[in-house]
Amino acid sequence: MSDMICWLIGGLISISIYLILSPQMMRWLFGIVILSSTINLVIFVAGRLYSQNPAFIPQEGQASDVLLANPLPQALILTAIVIGFGLLAFALVLVRKVWRTFDTTNSDLLGHSETRYSKAVKDEA
Amino acid sequence: MNWLPLLPLLTCFFVVILNCLFWRYSLLQKSTHLIGAILLLCVTGLLFYVVSFQEILVIQLGGYKAPFGITFVIDRLSAIMLLITGIIGFCVSIYATHDIKTVHQKSGFYLAYWILLMGICGAFSTGDLFNLYVWFEVMLIASFVLLVLGNHKMQLDGAMKYVSLNLVATILMLLAIAMLYAMVGTLNMADLGLKLKAYPLTGTVTTVVLLLAIAFAIKSALFPLFFWLPASYHTTNVTTAAIFAGMLTKVGVYALIRLTTLILPDSHYILSLLLFIAGITMLTGVLGAASEFHFRRLLSFHIISQIGYMVMGLAIHTSFALAGTIFYIVHHIIVKTNLFLISGICSKTGKTSDIRNLGGFYKQYPYLAILFFIPAFSLAGVPPLSGFWGKLILLKAALNSSHYIITAIALMVSLLTLYSMTKIWTQVFWKEQSSHAPSLESFGAIKLFVTLFPVIILAMMTLTIGLFPQPVFKIMLQAAEQISHPEWYIHAVLEVE
Repeated sequence: MSDMICWLIGGLISISIYLILSPQMMRWLFGIVILSSTINLVIFVAGRLYSQNPAFIPQEGQASDVLLANPLPQALILTAIVIGFGLLAFALVLVRKVWRTFDTTNSDLLGHSETRYSKAVKDEA
Repeated sequence: MNWLPLLPLLTCFFVVILNCLFWRYSLLQKSTHLIGAILLLCVTGLLFYVVSFQEILVIQLGGYKAPFGITFVIDRLSAIMLLITGIIGFCVSIYATHDIKTVHQKSGFYLAYWILLMGICGAFSTGDLFNLYVWFEVMLIASFVLLVLGNHKMQLDGAMKYVSLNLVATILMLLAIAMLYAMVGTLNMADLGLKLKAYPLTGTVTTVVLLLAIAFAIKSALFPLFFWLPASYHTTNVTTAAIFAGMLTKVGVYALIRLTTLILPDSHYILSLLLFIAGITMLTGVLGAASEFHFRRLLSFHIISQIGYMVMGLAIHTSFALAGTIFYIVHHIIVKTNLFLISGICSKTGKTSDIRNLGGFYKQYPYLAILFFIPAFSLAGVPPLSGFWGKLILLKAALNSSHYIITAIALMVSLLTLYSMTKIWTQVFWKEQSSHAPSLESFGAIKLFVTLFPVIILAMMTLTIGLFPQPVFKIMLQAAEQISHPEWYIHAVLEVE
C-alpha cells in the first residue's frame, strides 16, 4: 500500500514540476495545485498507512493492542488543505487579473516592475 | 501570568476583529488601529521585561503536555524580536494614517496589516514547526493582499513573482515537515531537537534540513532565491513596503536561527553552505543596489545585501557571532523601515521615485536631510551609528574564528553600500532641484507631524543604539548565550533533564 502511494507521489511531483517550469501562468498554477495536494499525500504516508481501525480508545479499560490509525496527519492535512485552498484561490484571481491587465498569461512577457519601471513611475506621477 | 506569551498575538487578533466590525466607519477603524498599535508596543515591552528575569516563558495550549499539543515559547530571542515588531508596528501605523488613501482603507488595508502583524507575532512566539508553517501562511496571505492593494500594473506584475516564489517556499516547508514527522514522529521544536540528536546522521536528515533551509532562504531572500524581493517591494505603497522591508525577511532569518541552533545544532555542513551563500548574497545585493535609480528598489536590493551579514553571523555560529547577528537584525529593522518611510516622504513631495529626477531637499529641508543621513550612513556602517557596531561585532567574530575571505567581502560590501548611499545623498539631497519643486508645506501641520514623527523616533533609536551600544549588546549577548544552549529551551518546554 505504502509503496504504491510512494510511486504515485513520485509521479505526481514530476508532473507538477514540469507544469511549474512552464512560462504559461495557468500551467504554473495547475502545477502548484498538484504539488500542494501531493504534499498532503506525503504527510498522510508519513503517519503510516498500516491500519483501518479508528483512533478511539474505550473509556474504561486499556487501549487495544491492534494498531490504530494515526489521527495527527489527518489534522495536519486538514489544516494544509484549508490554507492551500485560500492561497490557490488568491493565486487564481491574481492570474485572472494579470490576464485582464496585460492581455497575456505568458510570464516571459511580463517584467514591468523590474525593467520598465522608470517609464511606469513617470506615468504614475 | 501563564497566558503572557499569547498577549501580542491576542492583541493583534482583537484589532483584526474590531477592524472587521468597524468596516464601514473609517474614522473608528483608524482609531482602533492606532490604539492597537500603542497596545501592541506596551504588550511586547511588558513581555520583554518579564523575559529579562524569567528567562523562558512557556504555555501549553489546551493543557496538552509538550510534545503533543501546540506550545508557545518566548525566550530572549523571541522577546527581542517581538519588541522590535511592536516598535516597528507602532511607527509604521502612525505613518499609515496619513499615507493610506481612503480607497485602500475601504478595500481592507488595516485588516490585512493587522493580520500580517499577527502572523509575524505568531511566528516569533511559536514552539511548534507546523504551527510556524501556519503563521507563515497567515503572513503570506496578508502580504499578498497588501501587495496588490490598488491594482496598478506594476503591482500585479511584482505580486506575480512574489506569490509564485513564496508559494513554492511554503510547499517545500510543508514537504520537509512531513518528512520530519515520518522520521521522528514529532513536530515540537524542542522535541525535534532532542530526537534528532539521537537520530543517525543519514542522507534523510540532510535532505530535510536542506529543504527547510531552502524554504527559509526563500523567505529571507538569500542569494539564488531572492528575485521576488526587488521585483515587488517597490511597487506597493510606502507603508506596506516599510513594514515588509522591516519585518518579513527577518522572520525568515529568525526561522533559520531556530533551525540551526535548536532543531539541528550540530549541522556543520549546512553552516559552511550558509557562510558561502552569505558572501554571495551580500555581493549581489549591493551590486544590484549600485546599478539602481528607483529609490525604493535601490533600498530593496540593500535588504538582500544586509541579510547576507545576518546569515554570516549565523553561519560563524559562535555565541559572540550570534549576538552580532541579533544586534544586526535589530539595527537593520529600525534603519531599513526608517529609510523606506523617508523615501516615501521624498517621492511624495518630489512626485517621483526616480532619484535622478529628485533634488534640492538639502537646501529646502535640512532637517529631512539629517533624518536621512542618520539611517543611511548607519546602514553603510559609519561610526558612531548603530550599523558600525553591528558590523564591528560581526567582523570581529569572523576574524576570531579565522574566516578571512568573508571578512574581506563584508568590508568591501560595506564600502559599496556607502557608495550607493552617497548616490542617493548627492542625487536627492545635494543636487540642485530639477523639474519638480519639493513641497512639504502642502502637507499641513497634522499630516507633517504624522509623517515625520515615526521617522524621528526611529532615527533617535538608531542614534541611541549607536551612542550606547554596550547595554544593548549585553541584551543580545544574553539572548545568544541562551540560543547556543538549546538544552535550556528543551528543558523549559519538555520539563525533562
